[in-house]
Amino acid sequence: MAQPIIEVKNLSKEYIISHNTQPYYTLRDSLTQAAKKPFELFFKGRSKKERFLALKDINFSVQPGEVLGIIGRNGAGKSTLLKILSQITPPTRGSIHLRGRVASLLEVGTGFHPELTGRENIFLNGAILGMTQKEIRKKFDEIVNFAGIEKFLDTPVKRYSSGQYVRLAFAVAAHLEPEILVIDEVLAVGDAEFQKKCLGKMNEISKDDGRTVLFVSHNMGAIQQLCKKALLIERGRIKMSGRVSEVVSYYLSDNSFNNECSVDLTNSPDRLPRMKSILTKVELKNSSNDLVNNFSQDNDIFLQIYYDGRNCNLLAGAGFIIYSQEEVRVGGGNTYMMFRPPHELPKLGSVIFKIDKKQFTPGCYSVTVSLGAHEGALIDKVERCISFVIEPADIYETGYLLTHEDGVCSLSFSSKINSLE
Amino acid sequence: MNNITKSEKKFEIVIKPRNRWFDLNLKELWLYRELAFIFAWRDIKVRYKQTALGIVWAILQPVLTVAIFSFFFGKLAKIPSEGIPYPVFAFVGIVFWNYFSISLTGSGNTLIENENIIKKVYFPRLILPISLTLTPLVDLAISLIILAALMVFYGFAPTVYSVLFLPVLIIISFLASAGLGLFLASINLKYRDVRYALPFFIQILMYLTPVIYPSSIVGEKYQWILALNPMTGVIETARSSFLNVSPVNYHLLLISSGIAIALFLFGVFRFKKTEIFFADLA
Repeated sequence: MAQPIIEVKNLSKEYIISHNTQPYYTLRDSLTQAAKKPFELFFKGRSKKERFLALKDINFSVQPGEVLGIIGRNGAGKSTLLKILSQITPPTRGSIHLRGRVASLLEVGTGFHPELTGRENIFLNGAILGMTQKEIRKKFDEIVNFAGIEKFLDTPVKRYSSGQYVRLAFAVAAHLEPEILVIDEVLAVGDAEFQKKCLGKMNEISKDDGRTVLFVSHNMGAIQQLCKKALLIERGRIKMSGRVSEVVSYYLSDNSFNNECSVDLTNSPDRLPRMKSILTKVELKNSSNDLVNNFSQDNDIFLQIYYDGRNCNLLAGAGFIIYSQEEVRVGGGNTYMMFRPPHELPKLGSVIFKIDKKQFTPGCYSVTVSLGAHEGALIDKVERCISFVIEPADIYETGYLLTHEDGVCSLSFSSKINSLE
Repeated sequence: MNNITKSEKKFEIVIKPRNRWFDLNLKELWLYRELAFIFAWRDIKVRYKQTALGIVWAILQPVLTVAIFSFFFGKLAKIPSEGIPYPVFAFVGIVFWNYFSISLTGSGNTLIENENIIKKVYFPRLILPISLTLTPLVDLAISLIILAALMVFYGFAPTVYSVLFLPVLIIISFLASAGLGLFLASINLKYRDVRYALPFFIQILMYLTPVIYPSSIVGEKYQWILALNPMTGVIETARSSFLNVSPVNYHLLLISSGIAIALFLFGVFRFKKTEIFFADLA
């Protein structure tokens, strides 16, 4: 095998975070704090210091031309890894050998200046990303074409729509020509059409030009589409690496946060901001009332949502949304659909949803649950807090087994064959 | 990093915890030279956007300053000017002082102002403050033209002699402001206090520099304090050579050059030492 283009050995990154020992509440407190402040410079150790290992002993290597997906929860250390790879921050221990030039795209439109025109920003951004003016001039028309902003070339980018802005920014970055391209979550912005265009371009970069790409995303669909191999990072360590389909399935099913069939929601990190913590627990059960999160296609799924709304007087309905592993919203349901309004929920209780069998194809699905008030206003919503796996079954009784490639849901249909002979 | 070692077939870099020793990496800096000019170009482009007067401000600012100084310090306070008409006398000082103070403020604050870029893209960080000492060269050029006009108006012919000194004076001003600016930029990231202290520091420094007064009014005993300030040498030499009133004090010029070079080396050293942690501090 050829020499790897990226070789990461025992890489660790440590951050030192200091805590404020006493949060100040009153004006008097903050005044005395302010008076002490200048002296703290000389009397260090007032604030507690804590070491935090963002990355622990990371080892992996990438072959030239490979596209490696890096997945993991928020805060797992993916971005730190990319920052070290792009030389933005140094590692604490370990080393990385790079046998090629790296260009990193950790953000779309880094260094864009709102007052400058599109044309000027292409040159500015290109230079910041490491292109020479000669290279940019050579690729200028291509960039403009890709972004589709010919008419607005001489308009300051502050007057661009957010779509135009993002398209231009990606266009510049997409025309970089490094041996190694490092990309962090750039697809999170932009509409579906733009995302498709970006994926296409990235495919072209890796497949046609044979360049090495490291790609971080939460979009499992994009990861699976682009990469052959993937790396799962969890709490700063490599949890798993290997073929993309295996890693993605593993990540979605055996996630330390939601691999359980019963999830306590009282202090869930997945709760949306500004929500009241009313949902207490969510469970997945089968028809015999056992807690499970593996279902055959031939099983009904029971989703039970527990809540405590005793200090909340508007409780009216509960609902769920199911997402596929590609983050496609498959569908959902709620009590408003099932009961005529006005209806009310008991202050303390649970709601069971029975999701009929034979609706999903084999794969991983995650569930968002929510509670609402009258008129559908949200009271509490916890995103993707529990997930389940659907396993293949012979639902057509013909021996034909559906796979995830057939779609995210299985249509119930019948067929009749007519002979016109 | 795209344009590094195009010619080399084998490209390899090793990312390790931290450079043990001081590594200027001039080669890399040279490869990124374009970026310094791009940043300078950006700052110039952006400066007068959405202003009605535009580039006129670059002329108006020094002219108004010298008018105000001439009125208050020259006319009212009657500060001596060694027999030279006060506006010309003060303007020579202001031209160089403005360059020094603008590039010092710019380079001192540049890392904070560009923190979003620092956190997301790698390039030699020295590029940023250096580009901000290049930008005010444009203002300096404009001011020098105004100065020439003012000199002609007051009957001083610019001599070959003065033209010879000009590059030396600009280089000393550059080294002094870049050195201090680099030092301030590196501590500014951690202690944002610098941002608020800097304007006062610059103001005090201006009164410690013979911008609006001749150094001769300071007693013989304290001359050495003024000499420690590299801008003293720059401004005094400019007055001697441009206006041709007194012989150039080579002794003073030498001290100023020495201190400017020392400041620059100190600034670069400090900056490079802390450089790798900029992204974590920003």
